[in-house]
Amino acid sequence: MHRFANPARFVRLARPLTAWLGWSGILLVAIALIGGLILTPPDYLQGDTVRIMYIHVPTAWLGMAGWTGIAAASFAQLVWRHPLAHVAARACAAPGAVYAAICLVTGSIWGRPTWGTWWEWDGRLTSMLVLFFLYLAYMALAQAAGREEGGQRIAAIFGLVGAINLPIIHFSVLWWRTLHQGSSIGLTGSTIDERILWPLPIALVGFSLLFLTVVLMRMRAMLADAKVEARLKRMARG
Amino acid sequence: MSAALDAWPYVIAAYAVTTLGTAALLGWSLAALRRAEARADALDRQGKG
Repeated sequence: MHRFANPARFVRLARPLTAWLGWSGILLVAIALIGGLILTPPDYLQGDTVRIMYIHVPTAWLGMAGWTGIAAASFAQLVWRHPLAHVAARACAAPGAVYAAICLVTGSIWGRPTWGTWWEWDGRLTSMLVLFFLYLAYMALAQAAGREEGGQRIAAIFGLVGAINLPIIHFSVLWWRTLHQGSSIGLTGSTIDERILWPLPIALVGFSLLFLTVVLMRMRAMLADAKVEARLKRMARG
Repeated sequence: MSAALDAWPYVIAAYAVTTLGTAALLGWSLAALRRAEARADALDRQGKG
């Protein structure tokens, strides 16, 4: 991991990777969305609202994956003092917040025709809303910390503590049996018919590649900004 | 589920929110990257010049 501790080496690797991940992600998402909208049959019970699953599930996954990235990078920052860890954690925050918000909105849009309500203070919905607010708090904290090491450590501790919400989101459908249905996909298989299921893994991979593209672009932008700031400081000193 | 409701407006709204949100996120990140790298390149040229 410390092979990529040098920002210049990281940028050299990230530059071509960004384009590859971005175009692959766009292609896979396009295939999945066309499949989900046109090529799959409606569900016998939910009808056409089942098509919202192809975007709602990947955005929920990315909302949670974003915080997993923050927690992992925060751990690397606190334990190994990896020089890129704080940059990586900050880069995960905005896309994670956007996908957590899209997950809440698409879930609400699905809930209206299916449950007859836009919102319910259900365990899964509420814990996902908490995750969205945690993202906002983390971004404010990381922004305020700037390049100060003490502030960055506080943001990293917050990133680790906030990860407690991830198992709460995952197990909420088992702990509080309210409106949100349980998991339809597990490690051993799925209860969803193959004819309906096939665009979902494509959408999951495609949106994940786009998420990684955004993270790499944001990391490169932050490193370029840091380089400019350091250069200006040197020039000011003469 | 309410059979009386036409599902398609909801499906289209959900897809629009997701595709527009993703496009905005990619566009905003790319614009920020271009700006930051242009500033760094300009400073590099200034240093060499």
